[in-house]
Amino acid sequence: MAELTLAQDTRFTAVRKAPSLRRIARADAFFRALTRASALAVLGVLGGVMLALAIGAFPAFKAFGFEFLWTQTWNPVTEKFGALAPIYGTVVTSAIAMAFAVPIGVGIAVFLTEICPRPLRRPIGIAIELLAGIPSIIYGIWGLFVLAPVLQRGVQPFLIDLFGPVPVLGAVFAGPPYGIGMLTAALILAIMVLPFITAITRDVFEQVPAVLKEAAFGLGCTTREVIRGVVIPYARVGVIGGCMLALGRALGETMAVTFVIGNAHKIHASLLGPGTTISATIANEFTEAVGDLYTASLIALGLILFVITFLVLAAARLMLARIARKAGA
Amino acid sequence: MMDMNTPAGDAPVKVDIRHLSFFYGDTKALKDVSLPLYRNAVTAFIGPSGCGKSTLLRALNRIYDMYPNQRAEGEIFVDGENILDPKQDVNLLRAKLGMVFQKPTPFPMSIYENIAFGVRLYERLNKAEMDAKVEGALRHAALWDEVKDKLGASGLSLSGGQQQRLCIARTVAIKPEVILLDEPCSALDPISTARIEELIEELKREYTIVIVTHNMQQAARISDYTAFMLLGELIEFGDTAMITTKPKVQKTEDYITGRFG
Amino acid sequence: MRPASPLYARRRRRNALFLGLSALATALGLGCLAVILATLAVKGADGLSLRVFTEMTPPPGSDGGLLNAIAGSLIMTFLGVLFGTPLGIFAGTYMAEYGRHDRTTSVVRFVNDILLSAPSIVVGLFVYEIMVATLGHFSGLAGAVALAIIVVPVVVRTTEDMLVLVPDPLREAATALGAPRWHVISRIAYRAAKAGIITGVMLAVARISGETAPLLFTALNNQFWSADLNAPMASLPVTIFQFAMSPYEDWRRLAWAGALLITAAVLVLSVAARALNARKGP
Repeated sequence: MAELTLAQDTRFTAVRKAPSLRRIARADAFFRALTRASALAVLGVLGGVMLALAIGAFPAFKAFGFEFLWTQTWNPVTEKFGALAPIYGTVVTSAIAMAFAVPIGVGIAVFLTEICPRPLRRPIGIAIELLAGIPSIIYGIWGLFVLAPVLQRGVQPFLIDLFGPVPVLGAVFAGPPYGIGMLTAALILAIMVLPFITAITRDVFEQVPAVLKEAAFGLGCTTREVIRGVVIPYARVGVIGGCMLALGRALGETMAVTFVIGNAHKIHASLLGPGTTISATIANEFTEAVGDLYTASLIALGLILFVITFLVLAAARLMLARIARKAGA
Repeated sequence: MMDMNTPAGDAPVKVDIRHLSFFYGDTKALKDVSLPLYRNAVTAFIGPSGCGKSTLLRALNRIYDMYPNQRAEGEIFVDGENILDPKQDVNLLRAKLGMVFQKPTPFPMSIYENIAFGVRLYERLNKAEMDAKVEGALRHAALWDEVKDKLGASGLSLSGGQQQRLCIARTVAIKPEVILLDEPCSALDPISTARIEELIEELKREYTIVIVTHNMQQAARISDYTAFMLLGELIEFGDTAMITTKPKVQKTEDYITGRFG
Repeated sequence: MRPASPLYARRRRRNALFLGLSALATALGLGCLAVILATLAVKGADGLSLRVFTEMTPPPGSDGGLLNAIAGSLIMTFLGVLFGTPLGIFAGTYMAEYGRHDRTTSVVRFVNDILLSAPSIVVGLFVYEIMVATLGHFSGLAGAVALAIIVVPVVVRTTEDMLVLVPDPLREAATALGAPRWHVISRIAYRAAKAGIITGVMLAVARISGETAPLLFTALNNQFWSADLNAPMASLPVTIFQFAMSPYEDWRRLAWAGALLITAAVLVLSVAARALNARKGP
């Protein structure tokens, strides 16, 4: 216990220097203003991007009007530009990528939450997340030098032969086997975005109340039935949100696609043929674009891409917010 | 509604609460509470969960200012000044009325820094002076002998009881005049609780102490005055000895004898 | 016990198939990772030598290294983090400390999350418009600004998440001592959330280390040594892009070496960030 009382304890003399109320209030107000300004700056970035792109793209829209969106011509010499081929390429590669990535990504999430032995869960989860961390240019060169030759030598000839005689599919899988092309780009995109689907699906699965799953298991349902009957319906909005997030990423991917898409401003029926996406077009042509209309057309492509990804990502966030609210977050 | 078992009127009043009402949004959590807190005495607020005793305590140092939808009406006089006045310097108020919380809250820093943090808000001391200040505070919280060799260790490395005594040391280091304790022992084991109760007995020689507790026996052990609250109202206030043996209000007797709460 | 009906057998089969497929999916995912890392290791090591770190990027057909590209990347990454981190931390602080429940914060959070996943080439176009087109030349500084814009949403998100995790009683205890609000935030809340915030910064660094698109038309590229922020600056990702797309064998070898370096840096940072977070866990 204390040997001296507070009054006797001379080490404890109160020499109080009262900090002025006004100085504290000023410092508090300053810090608050600083942080608020920073938060608003985030909004400013979004606004700035849209504004800058709109201004830069204006000459193109003035020259071509809305026809820009569905013209396939892309001729720097005659200065006639149309966004159809890039838009088509962006949408199709992303759609096919999702067709591969969603089942695989959700499958991995199912594995990690239900089957994987506990000690392996973290390492495998981290390994899958590492796929998301690999820079897209790495995917690009890997796609060009490793995946494309494999596709060219083995897979694509196989597909061409398999579907050749079939009426519609024959055209979709028509040769020659370049190795690079829309399908290759879609496959690379699939590998790139599946970790996002896995991560979000895992989170959403974990938010499903344990009592629901217990009730289903208690009835004697198999794991598959619990997942299909209880977990996925409950978490459906969240899983869709996660897929849309992945879609948003796929739409905007540049470097991975640029290496393997073939960079042809034409729409082929065949998936094995070359094509282009919006981001690949911009990446390949921007620094060599001569003339204001050329540059403006490329920026117009950028604006279109930004608007598409904005809408997809906004929808994704809204869905994810809904599932979070449902879980009582 | 309220019955005073007050002793002789010449006991000095440190804090005078007058017609205090408190609101969480539109909900009225305290209804017209008035009572005195006497100098160098321990006053206990008791009552069942949700009766408003913590709310009342937290009004005294205006910690509720942190939350926009909480507000107080009425007057609270500390040494004659109404602290609910908007012109009141809140930081200095809190220097005068220190608070210890239910769960120990050591800052994420060393034991030494935990104490120095508060001191630095008010004084500029060189190392020797600060060392002395830290030692003094830890002694007065009966913690010095246990931590004197590890002042650089993190505050979080102490046991629960030690952490709570660290929080008390932190509070006395800035030399307040009143110490507000919000169920300080409810997260602690019986032995730590006993040590803190001993400490409170010592501290009341220099400070005015207010303690919120849900433990009737604790209130009987250490407090001089007791205020019994129920559903936001002050039911009875007076000498602890009187309240616990001969309460004037039926509801008080019901609570004390364990008929509810 | 009822004997197993054919329906039950079918259910069990379907279940086994389902689980088998999910295991297959996982194997596929892990397999891709393994192949990519193996390729990098083999092809990257082939092009890796001490020269990579000591010589500049060569013209095709001669020997050289990646020194200017590495240096440029380091400079622009450092500046990007320098510009973007304070803005991100302050924004996250407002959202967690001052405006936790108000409308502005919800809007900022929504917009921030969108910027987090926005195409980085669009960021490059934006910075081109405001810094390159206006000033008339490419610059390392523009590249750094583009990277900073990518850093900000990452740091905002982690800062807000980490600060929200700091328990309120800690803030109350500091306030009860009489500390002013900005003290409570900067001395107590930041300190409690320190590990998480640093993790966020590390993840942001990992993210921008590999970014190519934002640099393509801001910093452009530079074959020679240049630390001039006002001029085009070499960077590892853009150099890899240029070299890999070329038909020259020695350029391609350097491209793989560069790819190995970037991936190693990114993976080390990611793993380190995770380890830091796990240690100071809840």
